Amino acid sequence: MMYGYAWDTSTPLTFALSILPILGIGLMVTLKAAAVGYAIALVFGLVLALLRRSRIKAISWTVACFTEFVRDTPLLVQLFFLYYVLPEFGIILPAFMTGALALGLQYSAYTSEVYRGGINAVPRGQWEAATALNLSRLQTYRDIVVPQMIPRIVPALGNYLVSMLKETPVLSVVTVLDMLGLANMIGERTFDYLVPLSMVGLIFLPMTLICSALIFAIERALPKSGIPLR
Amino acid sequence: MTWTQYLMPLLKGAQVTVTISLASIAIGAVLAFAAGIARTSSNRFLSGIAFAYIVLFRGTPLLVQLFWFYYALPLIGISFDPVTTGIMVLSLLTGAFGAEVVRGALLSVPPSQLEAARALNFSKTYTLWHISMPQAVIEMMPAFGNLAIQNLKDTALVSLISIADLTFQAQSLRNITLDSATVYTLTLIGYFLIALCLMFAMRFIEMKLRRGPAFPRSAHS
Repeated sequence: MMYGYAWDTSTPLTFALSILPILGIGLMVTLKAAAVGYAIALVFGLVLALLRRSRIKAISWTVACFTEFVRDTPLLVQLFFLYYVLPEFGIILPAFMTGALALGLQYSAYTSEVYRGGINAVPRGQWEAATALNLSRLQTYRDIVVPQMIPRIVPALGNYLVSMLKETPVLSVVTVLDMLGLANMIGERTFDYLVPLSMVGLIFLPMTLICSALIFAIERALPKSGIPLR
Repeated sequence: MTWTQYLMPLLKGAQVTVTISLASIAIGAVLAFAAGIARTSSNRFLSGIAFAYIVLFRGTPLLVQLFWFYYALPLIGISFDPVTTGIMVLSLLTGAFGAEVVRGALLSVPPSQLEAARALNFSKTYTLWHISMPQAVIEMMPAFGNLAIQNLKDTALVSLISIADLTFQAQSLRNITLDSATVYTLTLIGYFLIALCLMFAMRFIEMKLRRGPAFPRSAHS
C-alpha cells in the first residue's frame, strides 16, 4: 500500500498493473526534475557560453576550467557535494531542488559547449556585416547570431534532454521519490524487485524512444537558414 | 583527521574505479564492434538482435539497469558478485553507445572504396577488415574518447551496489568525519585527474592510428 494504492502480488501481471498508478506518481516527479534541471541547464549554459567569449582573459579562462571540470566529474558526486555541502553554507534546499540543481549544473556544462559551437558556426562575414551596419552588440546577437544558430543547436540540445531524462533516477539516491525510488520501496516491502524494476525500465524505454523521434522530426522541420526572432 | 589522511582510502577507491572503468571500456569496445558490425550486416537476424540490444541499453537509465541486474536478476536464479555485475552492466551500456559510433563510422566510408574492393574481387570479410575498418577506426576515435569519459563518470553509480570505488570511499569518509566539503572536493578532483589521464590516453591512441599506414601491409600478401 502506497499513496492509497494497494498492490496485488498474486501474479506478476496483476502486480505490474497494480503498481502502475504508484509509478505514475513517481513518473511525474521524474519529469518535473528533468524539466527544472533542463531549464537551469538552458539558461546557465548560455550564461557560461557568453562568459567564455568575454574579452577579459581571467573570466573566459575560469569559465573554461569550470566547464571542463563539471563535464568530467560524475553527476552522483556533484549531487552528494551539493546535498551535503550547501547546508553547511546555510543554503537548505529540499532534496528535489538539490537534485534538479545538480542535473542542471552538470548539463549546463554540456549545453554551454553546444551554444559555443553554435555561435562559432555563424560565418565571420555575418559578424563583419553586423559591425559594418553599425548594429549594437545586443542587436547583433538577437537579430543575426541567435536566429542562425538555433537550427544548429536544437538537435544537440534535444539529445541532452533525453540523456538528462535518463539520469534523473540518480536523484533517488538523495531520497527523492522518483520512479526508481518508489520501485525500490515497493521492492523492499514485497521482496519482489523484478517486477517494479522491470516496469521502470519499460516505462523509460518508450519515453526516450518517443523523445528521440520527436527531436529527429523537429530537426528535419527546422529551416536550415535560421529562424527570425521578430 | 586532516585532509592528508583522507588520501589513502580515496586512492584505494580510485584504484577500484580505474579497474572497473578500464575493464568495462575494453569489454564495451569489443561489444561495440560486434554490435556495430552486426547492425551494418545484411543478415536480418544478426542486425535485428544488435538493434534490440542497442535500443534496450541506450533507452533505459543506467541506474535502473544496474539495480535490475543486482536486485532483480537473482530472483530468477541468476546472480553475480557486485564487481562482475558492475563491469557487466557498464560494458553493455558502453557497448550499446559505441555500436552506434562504429555503425556511423562504417557507413561514412566512401562508397567508391567499397566499389573498388568489389572490382578487385575482395571477399566481404576482407573488405570489412582491410578496407572499411582502417579508415573508419580513425573516425571513431573522438567519439570513443567521449564515451570513455562518460564511462568513467558512470562508474560512480556502482558505489550504490556496494562496490568500494572512489565514490563509495568518499561516502564512508564523510559518514565518519562529517567533513563533506573537503572529502567531496578531493573526490571530484580525483575523478577529474583520472578523466584527464583517460583523455590523454585516447588522444595518444588516436595519434598512433593516424600516423599508422591507412592500409595494413598484409593487404597485398
